[in-house]
Order: sequence, then structure tokens, then C-alpha cells
Amino acid sequence: MKLHVDWTACDGRGVCTELLEEVLVEDDWGFPVARDGQRSPTVPPPLEAAARQAVDRCPMLALKLRSR
Amino acid sequence: MTSVAEAPVARVERRLLDGELGLDAHLARHGRLPVLDGSQIIGMARDAGLTGRGGAGFPVWRKLSAVAAGGGAAVVVANGAEGEPASKKDRALLAYQPNLVLDGLQLVATATTAEGAHLYAPKAALPALRALLAARAAAGLDRRPVTLHAAPDAFVSGEESAVVSAINGRGAVPADKRIRVVQAGVGGAPTLVQNVETLAHLALIARYGAGWFLSAGTPDEPGTFLATISGAVRRPGVVEAGYGVPLGELIAAAGGATMHLQAVLIGGYHGGWVPADPALPVSRQTLQPYGASPGAGVIVALPAGACGLGETARITGYLAEQVAGQCGPCINGLPRMAATLADLAARRPRAGLAAEAERLARLVSGRGACHHPDGTARLVLSAMRIFEADVAAHLNGRCLAAEGQR
Ligand SMILES: Cc1cc2nc3c(=O)[nH]c(=O)nc-3n(C[C@H](O)[C@H](O)[C@H](O)COP(=O)(O)O)c2cc1C
Ligand code: SF4
Ligand code: SF4
Repeated sequence: MKLHVDWTACDGRGVCTELLEEVLVEDDWGFPVARDGQRSPTVPPPLEAAARQAVDRCPMLALKLRSR
Repeated sequence: MTSVAEAPVARVERRLLDGELGLDAHLARHGRLPVLDGSQIIGMARDAGLTGRGGAGFPVWRKLSAVAAGGGAAVVVANGAEGEPASKKDRALLAYQPNLVLDGLQLVATATTAEGAHLYAPKAALPALRALLAARAAAGLDRRPVTLHAAPDAFVSGEESAVVSAINGRGAVPADKRIRVVQAGVGGAPTLVQNVETLAHLALIARYGAGWFLSAGTPDEPGTFLATISGAVRRPGVVEAGYGVPLGELIAAAGGATMHLQAVLIGGYHGGWVPADPALPVSRQTLQPYGASPGAGVIVALPAGACGLGETARITGYLAEQVAGQCGPCINGLPRMAATLADLAARRPRAGLAAEAERLARLVSGRGACHHPDGTARLVLSAMRIFEADVAAHLNGRCLAAEGQR
């Protein structure tokens, strides 16, 4: 699975970077940035549950999981 | 790379911008569009290898197929926004040969079985287009009526999703790309957005065939393109040439350089700096090593004596002002990148200044709803590479251009 950020919605408060610190870190301004440097970072299977939680908890509904 | 011996015709050549003005002259020269069905039009675009002239260079037939496969009420849009300040070619095309654009718009409407057709262009171009549409209707030319829309004068207003948003009445700002406009765009319908020059080429291909189109350009990148040439040239303006045309011939077609050139910006404000090598062929393949591409054909000649870092800082400052205030990394990152470049250009060195510019460029890349951060980063990274000696000098408080060493 891949994680998609809708940048027009994300407010950079960093709920996702806490829940999914293996995949995301905060940039200079608090916005999520992928550790793997990808536009839509790959979520390894063991982290899919955590990724779903981040998607559900994102206050701006800015995160989506997609299969490709 | 193609050797000189097998180099194809890649010369300054007028196709789109040839001929007299007006509908009568257009019909006398090119005749009415031949009657073609959707699969014939898509097949011709594919055989001709026609790619988009709005910047990204995507194969037209693939987008046509995707929208046609969406089934039913598709929408087609001719994009003449031309938000890039250094580009004049779409305005020139709409002023001199608008009939080719309107013919092309009807062709893509047929190919996608679209019901709605729209033309999005700067406000100043609309009155003449409105009169022309009426004349074409009177001549029984356009099967589908075309709706005109004013494109605001802003850098991002011509970005595909911004175009769709503007036509939907929500302002010309880009949207998130999880759902592409080819799936759901204008009014939620599958939507084809095509640059006006792309459509004009299609109008000629429909008449003269894919083989004719292939006789200009290179085998990999066929056809001609419109280039807007500015900077240190005698006659800045729009020139048409086949892909692969040597940079020197383009500059010559713009009256030649006014003084010795040190570098050339190709692909516009989202493009890349390349050496002012007259023999350098202008094509995707040959410009790729410089991180540049022909893009929408914008070429800016930088004279010796001008500071490449100063020019890059000015453009980056402009691009930072043009951020459509939506995406955090772009809103924050572009002004920071511009400030870093401004410090470098003004010789206000501090530890890690050059590395910081590159870090920011990489940090913002790919992190916005549109490619504005990526394009800005491309420009900055290319400047750091090609003006490497200037960077080193500026970090030591000196400027090679000011000292007459460039
Ligand atoms: C910031 C930005 C601005 C753009 N401005 C224009 C524009 O003014 N005109 C244009 O045709 N394409 C523009 N594009 C490219 C469009 O998004 C789109 O790719 C193009 O209109 C598709 O047509 P084509 O395939 O015929 O080139 C822009 C892209 C970006 C990222
Ligand atoms: S939780 Fe949502 S809004 Fe917050 S930083 Fe992450 S993506 Fe952005
Ligand atoms: S990436 Fe920048 S220019 Fe593009 S939509 Fe987001 S804020 Fe606007």
C-alpha cells in the first residue's frame, strides 16, 4: 500500500508523523515527509494497521491509503 | 545520441505560424477538416507521435484514449492560459492561427465523444475569439459549440486541475491529484485538457497525415514546436522549429545574440539552465543530462556580464510569490528557497548556504498538489550546477559576472 497526502488539506499538526514514525517524519514546518523520499511513500505490510489508524485520525482527512 | 551524419531535419520551419490571417485564408489554405471518426483521430495522433506542448510532453493519443474510455459525456478543454511570463507562443498562436486551435478542439471532441468544448485563454484574447466562433458557426464549421473562459494572469492558472477548477467556477487553483481530471474534471465528467499548440498540430496532422508530421523533428521526438525566445537576443519573439534544432539556429532566428552568451534557460521558469552551446540540439533526449527539457518552448538567453545567480534568485522570488496558498511544503518552502537564493545572489554568505538551497529544493519536490514546487526546485538545482563557479565566488564575497569574468 501507498500513503497519499492531500497537500491542499493537510495542516501539518503532525498526528500522522507520531502514529507512523517508521514511515513519516516532520519537515522544517511540521508537515509529513516520507523517510523513503517518495511522493507517495510505500507502507510495508506490518505497518498497514498503523497507517490505517493514521488515516482515520488525521483531523483534516488529508491521508489516504491506496493500492498503487 | 544521433551523429551529425544521420541527423534528421531539425531546422527552423514554419508550419503552425505560416499563412495569412483570417478564416477565409485558413479555409483557402487548409480546407475544411476531413471527416474522421474517433479511432482514426486517436490512431493519427499515435502514428504521428504527437506529444503535449504545454510543458509535460505527454503522448496525446494516450490521454485521448483514457478520456474516450471514460464513456459518455466527456468534456474537452483547450488550454491557452500561458501563465508563464517568459512565454508568448500560445498568445501568438491564438492571435495568428486560432482556426487551427479551434479545428483541433473539434477533433479531440470527436475522438472522446465529448459534449462540452471549452477554450480557456487570457481575457484580452477572448473578444476576437468570440467573433471568430460566430464566423465559424455561420460557415457551419463547428459541430460542438465552444464556451470561452477567461484565464487569470497567474503562473499556476494554466495547471490542468486549476483550469478545470476555474471552468467549474471555483477559482483557478490546482486540486489534489488522487482523482485525475481524465476521470472526473469539468462538471465531474472525464475531461481532456490539452494545450492550444498541441491542438493546432493535431489539426494539421488530420489534414496532411502522420507521415508529413514525422518529416520534421527527430525520429524520437517528431514535429515542430513553438519557442519563445527572449533575453539577450536582437528580435525576441516566437520561432517555430523541429525538435532537435541546434540552439544556435533558434538564437539566430531571433536575430542572434546581442552579446556573448554564458548560459541559456530552457523550458521556462520551471526549466533548467544549460550551457550556451550553439550546437546543442533542443530535444528532451539531449537536454535531459542538464535536468532540462524543451517544456513549453521557453528560451531565455543570459548574456555575459549578467549574474546567473541573480537571475535565478529573481525568478525564484517570482515563483515563490505565485504559490497558490494551499500546500504547506510549497507555501513555506518556496519563500525559504527564494530567500536562500537571494542571500547567495547578494553575496551574504553564511555557513552551509549552498547546501541549504539544494536541501530545500529536494525537500519540497513532489510535495504539493501540483508540480509548482518540483519545477521551482528543478530551476534552483540546475542553477547550482551550471553556475557552480559563481556559487563558489559568491560564497567568497566575489561575483564573476561583475568582475567581467563570465
Ligand atoms: C504550475 C503549472 C502551470 C501550468 N501552466 C500551463 C499553461 O499555462 N498552459 C498549458 O497548456 N499547460 C500548463 N501546464 C501544464 C498542464 O498542467 C497540462 O499538463 C497541459 O495543459 C496539458 O496539455 P498538453 O498535454 O497538450 O501539453 C502547467 C503546469 C503546471 C504544473
Ligand atoms: S495528520 Fe493529517 S493534517 Fe496532520 S500532518 Fe498528518 S496528514 Fe497533515
Ligand atoms: S503545490 Fe504550491 S502552487 Fe501547487 S497547489 Fe499547492 S500551494 Fe498551490
